[in-house]
Amino acid sequence: MAESNSGSNSQIGTVRVKRGLADMLRGGVIMDVVNPAEAKIAEDAGAVAVMALERVPADIRRDGGVARMSDPSMIEAIQETVTIPVMAKARIGHFAEAQVLESLGVDYVDESEVLTPADEAHHIDKWAFTVPFVCGATNLGEALRRISEGACLIRSKGEAGTGNIVEAVRHLRSILGDIRKLTQADAAELFDWAKRLQAPLGLVQEVAETGTLPVPMFCAGGIATPADASLVMQLGAQSVFVGSGIFKSEDPAPRAKAIVEATTHYRDPAMVAKVSRGLGDAMPGLEIGELDTKLSERGW
Amino acid sequence: MPEDLETIDAIILPGGESTTISMLLESSGTFEPLQELLSQGLPAFGTCAGMIMLSNKVLDGRTDQRSFDRIDISVRRNAFGRQIASFETDIDVIGLEEPFPAVFIRAPGVETAGPEVEVLATVKLDEQTEIPVLCRQNNVLVSSFHPELTGDLRLHQMFLSEL
Repeated sequence: MAESNSGSNSQIGTVRVKRGLADMLRGGVIMDVVNPAEAKIAEDAGAVAVMALERVPADIRRDGGVARMSDPSMIEAIQETVTIPVMAKARIGHFAEAQVLESLGVDYVDESEVLTPADEAHHIDKWAFTVPFVCGATNLGEALRRISEGACLIRSKGEAGTGNIVEAVRHLRSILGDIRKLTQADAAELFDWAKRLQAPLGLVQEVAETGTLPVPMFCAGGIATPADASLVMQLGAQSVFVGSGIFKSEDPAPRAKAIVEATTHYRDPAMVAKVSRGLGDAMPGLEIGELDTKLSERGW
Repeated sequence: MPEDLETIDAIILPGGESTTISMLLESSGTFEPLQELLSQGLPAFGTCAGMIMLSNKVLDGRTDQRSFDRIDISVRRNAFGRQIASFETDIDVIGLEEPFPAVFIRAPGVETAGPEVEVLATVKLDEQTEIPVLCRQNNVLVSSFHPELTGDLRLHQMFLSEL
């Protein structure tokens, strides 16, 4: 671990410092933005962080081609515009993109299936970085593999760019359901669980003991309305990432604010009803069965 | 929500994003009643964003960001830099026998502290500058760092013991 400038026993990039920022974002909304103007709208709406990327997932899906890390000048312009944390995406396995993002001083790197994977066998060795990483997962085994590689925040993947919550719900239920089952397993069964999940035994035992992932878990992929946010928070997500759902809707600013309010007051249906009124059209949604590419199948 | 304030004896304002906290306090109608309770002397412990919320001046904040003005300090947001500069270190605290593990995450820094403010701990910002990171004024305690991210309860005990 490197030393910071604050004294002889001071350390940067520790697990506690990296996971700690994710802890501070709990209960909030992280919004995808593609330019400083959108970043400002997100901050004004009460976002706890923004995710800087070149195109929101709905556009990546529409345009096709290879989706890569964003232009550093765009990320810097967003960093100059807002005071909240700025995250950015690197391709799965593309550690050089992650190094560039770290050098820009982004606050979290998302090793993301929304971009085109750069390595078909290896995710980034995230322990090698000072900047913390968030990674997607569709099930508990995938989440624990990412944590074993050094991820400090897990987001359930959902199906980005669809405005359809069904995959997010599937992934959340899979991860949290298996955690509940693990807590009921006896010591011998945990060896079998580790084998089936293809996850390190130590992490499986830890989850069985604590009943929770060792890092926070947020939800992504398909959230388009305040009620969607309330749904995934009630299912057990600790925060929500909203990608295309805000800036592909008819009127982004009030929808952004409404999703923030619904995430905060997710247990209060009257409040969710109140903020859901008069928001205009949500983003047009896509039926999962009709997709050519399922982004959630990228990564392993 | 405002009704949640009716039965409390003290309040802890934890870490998070101070811009978001400030906005949600306003939109839920909680800011004014909490301000009123604090001005009547409700004991408060603010960590990181909570310190910003209790300070009397926020530097580098948003123009519409409000704070409760319960401790006479001016606070600069993200004074230690972005996340890659976030750090943990053991600090000496006045009133504690052993050093305290302090976790600083995009932490705010105290730029000026008024005469009524007791500085209980400091860290070096750079070779020349040592800045306060734990301050108290009457029954208001604030820290730049996050005691809630460690298992160490001594600062919470210090706060509770003075209620």
